[in-house]
Amino acid sequence: MDFVTFLALAVPLVAVAIMVIAHPSPVYSALFLVLTLFLLAVYFLFLDAHVVAALQIIVYAGAIMVLFLFVIMLLNLQSETLRAQRGGLGRVAVIGGVVLAAELGLLLARPTADPARGEPPEGFGTVEALSRELFTTYVLPFEVTGLLLLVAVIGAVVLAKR
Amino acid sequence: MLDFSITFGLTLLMILMVLNLGGLLLWIERKGSAVLQDRIGANRAAILGKLPFNLGIVNTLVADPIKLFTKEDFIPPGADRLLHTLAPAVGLVPLLVTFIVIPFGDVLVVGDREITLQAAQLNVGILYVLAMVSLSVYGVVLGGWASNNRWALLGGIRGSAQMISYEIPLGLALIGVVLTFGSLDLQEIARAQGALIGGWVPAWGILYQPVACLVFLAAGIAESKRTPFDLPEAESELIAGYFTEYSGAKQAMFMLEDFVEVIIVAALVTTLFFGGWQVPYLLRDGFHFPWGASLTLPGLAVTLLQVGAFTLKVLFFCWLQIMIRWTLPRFRYDQLIGLGWKILLPLALANVMLTALVILLFASSPLAGGG
Repeated sequence: MDFVTFLALAVPLVAVAIMVIAHPSPVYSALFLVLTLFLLAVYFLFLDAHVVAALQIIVYAGAIMVLFLFVIMLLNLQSETLRAQRGGLGRVAVIGGVVLAAELGLLLARPTADPARGEPPEGFGTVEALSRELFTTYVLPFEVTGLLLLVAVIGAVVLAKR
Repeated sequence: MLDFSITFGLTLLMILMVLNLGGLLLWIERKGSAVLQDRIGANRAAILGKLPFNLGIVNTLVADPIKLFTKEDFIPPGADRLLHTLAPAVGLVPLLVTFIVIPFGDVLVVGDREITLQAAQLNVGILYVLAMVSLSVYGVVLGGWASNNRWALLGGIRGSAQMISYEIPLGLALIGVVLTFGSLDLQEIARAQGALIGGWVPAWGILYQPVACLVFLAAGIAESKRTPFDLPEAESELIAGYFTEYSGAKQAMFMLEDFVEVIIVAALVTTLFFGGWQVPYLLRDGFHFPWGASLTLPGLAVTLLQVGAFTLKVLFFCWLQIMIRWTLPRFRYDQLIGLGWKILLPLALANVMLTALVILLFASSPLAGGG
């Protein structure tokens, strides 16, 4: 990916990501988050990661964010009620942001091989290549994640039955 | 540049065909419902007074669009103007771009160039369809919310819950098909169905995956929010659900959205389970019948036959969905959610398990990729 493409993708991405936390209306915030996730999927496309891009849209933009919106609309959240609560959470958010920035800074300071350089291997980003990696090299984390999700589903059912 | 023009042309052709078919389906629905209910149906407007067969074509294809597009575009007070205007487009655009991965023919040879009759050959074909269909939920949700109307909001919330619920059996039904044909590219799947079982029977997906076909069709009709799954609209309880507060061209877009979803389901059922553009015994150079006879055809004729077969099959499944709409009564809401989660989901899961088991045990099967 050359620098111009990178800028054309990254600048709008960061701009809508900022709008997620800057917009006063919860529905608009959620919609900007959808847009962020969609643009991120486009970014993945340009990195030849087609499967990741498709899954990003199916899982995050198409399913999870719809449920977010669903809850926001069901509770009928207004901008004012949220503004009143901002004080306490704001301080925690600032601390979290500073820690994250420090971590990113440390990572960037370390000299590492640039993963964007050089040609990707044959078939990179296809369903076949990704699945092979997932079921050979990363089979343990994959299965553990599945177990985690199963536990979460059972937990949700138990809570709902109460 | 030529490659780009071909892709652009195919995309444009596909989308224009879908839009035309959407209008045609409106007419089929009007007249079809009239036939089923023993009514005459739309028959008022006619060009030059009286036509010998007044089938209502002028009504639905000329008068209705003119009426819809010249009506006042009313935005209710207190509504969110931006989202109210955006919602129909947000719902319609992802559905229209879905069609670029659907193959409507094999290859057309022009000179020394082979044009695959599929606008975009994506390695992730089916995943792309699922991604775009899942994005179209936002049209319903936003339309319902931005109208500042309780009925609309209820419709939007019902719509989002319903579409999320039925996306899961929809996706799981597709996994069975993907396992059978060993590819996510719809063109590859359509090609694999050209094989013959025992030299006689075309190896169409329905023969391998009958359960997946039923689950997919049911979940697909639920995704398109039409009777018996029309709880988000439910005109007897919610006026018109999420598009209660819409008028004019925007309402027309919501109506078109429903028909485009019908076409998507029809095109996918055709491609995945009924051979796509395959005509039985038609190969690239002509017919080869199992009893030995063969008929050589020029390439263009073969392509035309394939495109014609695809169109006919899609039309048939559109018609089937319209007939289902006018035959079955509406579900109750708990029945609707129960059907999705308690019947279709376990059925689809069992189908995936069984298909995987069969493939594991009998890895050498008549189909490529071991299905």
